[in-house]
Amino acid sequence: MKQENVIEVEGLTKTFGDFTAVNAITFKVKKGEIFGFLGANGAGKTTAMKMLIGISNPSSGKATVAGFDVYKQTENIKKSIGYMSQKFALYDDLTITENITFFGGIYGLSRAVIKEKTDILIQELQLQDVAKQLVGSLPLGWKQKLSFSVALLHDPKIIFLDEPTGGVDPITRRQFWEMIYKTANSGTTIFVTTHYMDEAEYCDRVSIMVDGKIEALDTPKNLKKQFGAESMNDVFLKLARG
Amino acid sequence: MKRFIGFIRKEFYHIFRDKRSLFILFGMPIAQILLFGFAITNEINNVDIAILDHSKDATTQEIINKISASKYFSIDAFITREADIESVFKKGKIKAVLNFEKDFSKKLIKENVATIQIITDATDPNTANTISNYTNSILQKYMQEQNKDIKPIYTIIPQTRMVYNTELKSVFMFVPGVMTIILMLVSAMMTSISITREKELGTMEILLVSPLKPIQVIIGKVVPYILLSVINAIVIVVLSIFIFNMPVEGSLFILGLESVLFIINALSLGILISTISKTQQTAMMISLMGLMLPVILLSGFIFPISSMPLPLQLISHVIPAKWFIIIVKAIMLKGVGITFIWKETLILLGMTLFFIGLSVKKYKIRLE
Repeated sequence: MKQENVIEVEGLTKTFGDFTAVNAITFKVKKGEIFGFLGANGAGKTTAMKMLIGISNPSSGKATVAGFDVYKQTENIKKSIGYMSQKFALYDDLTITENITFFGGIYGLSRAVIKEKTDILIQELQLQDVAKQLVGSLPLGWKQKLSFSVALLHDPKIIFLDEPTGGVDPITRRQFWEMIYKTANSGTTIFVTTHYMDEAEYCDRVSIMVDGKIEALDTPKNLKKQFGAESMNDVFLKLARG
Repeated sequence: MKRFIGFIRKEFYHIFRDKRSLFILFGMPIAQILLFGFAITNEINNVDIAILDHSKDATTQEIINKISASKYFSIDAFITREADIESVFKKGKIKAVLNFEKDFSKKLIKENVATIQIITDATDPNTANTISNYTNSILQKYMQEQNKDIKPIYTIIPQTRMVYNTELKSVFMFVPGVMTIILMLVSAMMTSISITREKELGTMEILLVSPLKPIQVIIGKVVPYILLSVINAIVIVVLSIFIFNMPVEGSLFILGLESVLFIINALSLGILISTISKTQQTAMMISLMGLMLPVILLSGFIFPISSMPLPLQLISHVIPAKWFIIIVKAIMLKGVGITFIWKETLILLGMTLFFIGLSVKKYKIRLE
């Protein structure tokens, strides 16, 4: 694997009035890496992520995503990334194929490509029988896998996952992580935020944010050693309690 | 462009798969226009009245005949005692009692003066007023007929002519109002709800992360509603022409342009509402309370603005619907061209630009 950085962040800061939501964070993410972005609620992960995906302007600092500048080249960033939020945002009142067609369409894929991708995707997820059903009628786990696949439709270089496994059962979570591994192996970089510390163990490297700052950044193995902890859960508790 | 068409197709799926929005979009306009046209009316027709005739002579009989011959009244009962007046009113069917005094003819001949008492049920003041006016005018006419041989010394005859709505049909007054309400409802409420729905579901976030520009997202959400609103406006005008014989004296083309302007105005209000509300319910409440109520109460649709207290009159100036109703009435009933309504049009245009500017600004702040 080439040691190419797809995300480079240096001193990135976001302030709202007097409040500093993200305080000069610095990190790099390598191509094909599964990068875990951890932190308690309100620690600033979402704000940081929003700056990286180009929907929020940083107050100061530097950052490039897929080689594009987060200040000036958000258009290019948006074309190079995929995004999936914790709400599995697909349209419930559209069928599976209609959803795929729509999202493929807004990323500018041609009709032929969309058709081809739809067939592959439905086959892979074994959704043949329900392809013409409204997404609203699917179980949560299926929706989640589907929305992950939809986020990958345009072959993004990096995919941002914002707490993708919230509220799904352990088996589905397991299957979901298998999908993540497969995607990472094909060279797509995964940037994932999560609450589940067992999931943090699956990541190649993990950063932990506390009060707007990155307090720790390393492989799960090294972090456990560094903090003398049994599990990532302990590492997190030690850090968060200060 | 292809992306855009895909977006609009998606929007139509949403609309056509949601029974509620379908009903609001197509059921409501038709129901409202029929309701206002047929049921809610200021005119009186075949009002039941009772007669209490203490004289029972030739003159009273003649007057009673005149009254029962008019299409406004139908005589439901003849009562004989004053005491019965209250009881017929309490039954509720009878709205007025005409009480002829004793020796009506004789008094008229001897003293030149005789009295009819018109007692009306004023639980509904508007109807009561109308009844008493109509009765008065029938009596007036009768007097003139009787007096035509006598040369009066001094007479002023007021000649009232109602122009632009000669028959005083209330449906003519309601059609512009209903059209305004429907366009406001469909354009502002439906767009604000559909945009906040995307926010609530989290799909708005996905759209903003996609290469679509925010402005494209908004236009994509709004275009279907422009189309549907235009269809609605056409349905309303066609219904009012063919069912209620509403005249369109002016140019349909100008009416169309003005309607599109008003639709865009309402849409920009809808976008504005969606930027300040987080949930669909909030959007709906703001649309209903903040837009519909003023449109119904302060636009001059039902209550004349000139008889409102000054503060309310001032508020009515900032309600776009007021200006649109003036424009629609002027085009449909008076048949005027743009030269007479350019001021109102300009005000509407100014408001539209203001709302668009404001919502763009609000939208940007949200993105920060």
